Amino acid sequence: MAEIQKNKKAIGFKDDPMMPRQFMIQRFRRDTVDTFSMELKPVSGPKKFDFKPGQFNMIYVFGVGEVPISISGDPTRPEKLVHTTRAVGNVTKAMDSLKSGRTLGVRGPLGTSWPVEEAEGNDVVLVAGGIGMAPLRPVMYYLLAHRENYGKIVLLYGARTPSDILYQKELEKWRSRLDLEVHITVDRGTGSWRGNVGVVTNLIGRAPFDHLNCTAMVCGPEIMMRFSALGLQKRGVEPADIYVSMERNMKCGIGLCGHCQMGPLFVCKDGPVFRYSDIKEIFTRREY
Amino acid sequence: MILVLESGNLQSLFDTLISEKYQIIGPTLDNSALIYDEITNVDDLPVGYTDEQDGGRYRLVKSGGKKYFDYVVGQHTWKRYLYPPEKKLFELKRKGDGFEIVENKQEIHKRAFIGVRACEIEAIRIQDEILLEGPYKDADYERCRQNIFIVAVNCVRPGGTCFCVSMGTGPRATKGFDLAITEIVDNSGHYFLIESGTKAGEKIMKEIKGKEADQNAIETADRLMKEAENKMGRRLDTDDIKELLYRNFESSRWEVVAQRCLNCGNCTLVCPTCFCINIEDISGLEVNSAKRVRKWDSCFTLDHSYIYGGSVRTSAKARYRQWLTHKLASWIDQFGMSGCVGCGRCITWCPVGIDITEEVQAIRESEGKGKIMADKEE
Repeated sequence: MAEIQKNKKAIGFKDDPMMPRQFMIQRFRRDTVDTFSMELKPVSGPKKFDFKPGQFNMIYVFGVGEVPISISGDPTRPEKLVHTTRAVGNVTKAMDSLKSGRTLGVRGPLGTSWPVEEAEGNDVVLVAGGIGMAPLRPVMYYLLAHRENYGKIVLLYGARTPSDILYQKELEKWRSRLDLEVHITVDRGTGSWRGNVGVVTNLIGRAPFDHLNCTAMVCGPEIMMRFSALGLQKRGVEPADIYVSMERNMKCGIGLCGHCQMGPLFVCKDGPVFRYSDIKEIFTRREY
Repeated sequence: MILVLESGNLQSLFDTLISEKYQIIGPTLDNSALIYDEITNVDDLPVGYTDEQDGGRYRLVKSGGKKYFDYVVGQHTWKRYLYPPEKKLFELKRKGDGFEIVENKQEIHKRAFIGVRACEIEAIRIQDEILLEGPYKDADYERCRQNIFIVAVNCVRPGGTCFCVSMGTGPRATKGFDLAITEIVDNSGHYFLIESGTKAGEKIMKEIKGKEADQNAIETADRLMKEAENKMGRRLDTDDIKELLYRNFESSRWEVVAQRCLNCGNCTLVCPTCFCINIEDISGLEVNSAKRVRKWDSCFTLDHSYIYGGSVRTSAKARYRQWLTHKLASWIDQFGMSGCVGCGRCITWCPVGIDITEEVQAIRESEGKGKIMADKEE
């Protein structure tokens, strides 16, 4: 496995990186039936929460537990920390029942980030599947804040059904912009859906980008990332220009607990964002 | 400085350490098992006991001799004291809509570990590298690791599952100790050759009732250590081991071993370098308090790799492969060193006697490139 991005020390810890910082829920918004977004503000200490697109936090619910959640807010507006979470386990379900005014513990930002600076001058293709839209949203914000530095910007997003589409208002806004290409597809069209139906990888073939000068960032279920990477390569994108974000069990987020190992890599500190060409064998290995 | 200490004067080492306010932790017997616990007197050591070890087998045997250190390692490791099986990291109290963290203030013992074997010194060095030298430190480990005085004991008689020579970690302690002891019984009597490795060690040496070592004692120790190198119960061919295991991800041998492996996790709990932990956030019964606890974990459980949708490593085969490949191969990529010190505990304490050296050899031979171990002997 090739070079590993060096990680910076997280901010906000005392001398013990296992100690969470307290953040208060400012706004709680339900995105879909099982997904919600929270805007968090630090109870004390530095008011800004600087992070890079693709990084995550360990979020602690009092007495229940701690889980890794990607940051889905705007990196150019660090005064607001935003997390979008799907309620699927003990901790995320407990989080779902919280209201604004309540407090959570936060440790982070942790992990590697999407290569937004390296991608300058290139076309950028974002491929998101399901909740995988959340860790890619900070990239969209970043690209839009520095729009002149990039070529074409293409967002391909697949959700299960029309009602599972995250950030609908924002997507509508982005879709109406002339300097963005936003294509959405759903696995099952319901109700009045008149858009694309099918898997997100189907959108790659006709997406308008220059495969020779392109950076692709892919986030979603492992199987979706595997086939997206194959689809991108079919279009001529080099494996070294494709990035993916991996998910593994994490207890500490700082490379000490051992749970997130993927071969020689720790997803928490060597990832979660990896260059596809560095880890592509992972997608073809079962139980690695 | 090298001293000779008559066996009858070993207590002076204990007394000096105690007068220097050290709590002494060393090998002792508890319910006929060899453990590491607090001791204060040389009689607390398992005097006159030796051990028999083999795959899935450990027996403490009364040898009738007078030796203090005539056994090798048992199921305990020093990580029990440096990185305990269960440790409260901090407590939290509810306060209004939020909470406050009550730090776990605890006094740090000044501790002396007596009877640390060369392989165990290497194991401590490995855990230091992982828990202190990475981008983040384990703050509790750092606290526990401070003020540790290490009295090494060289292994004159390696155990039945030992292979430290293969891993380059023993049987003689060459670094990482404050004092190192070789226990010798010969024509001139029963005595200890003691050398210091640090200033702290020298300071203690000045206080104990020893005399300067003569050439004869030094040579005897050298000879005993040389002989010990040839008495290893096991051998592991480490040649090209990282690539060997990486390219054998799909080896059929994993299926074979998985039929015996109970996935009990014993090997990970007795391993002196295994560092996987779980973080448990526990709520108090009265709902207004909570605590965070760090506990040893094992890659042999399904929970270890669980993410929403299922565990990554669902089969016994995948979990054994993860453990062995991590220990001997990916560890090298992660930390620049092997994760195995050759102490043999995983072989001895495996209830079905799975032998890490045998498994590696089987994989090697399955490639048709197996070398007969005997050929490698010098």
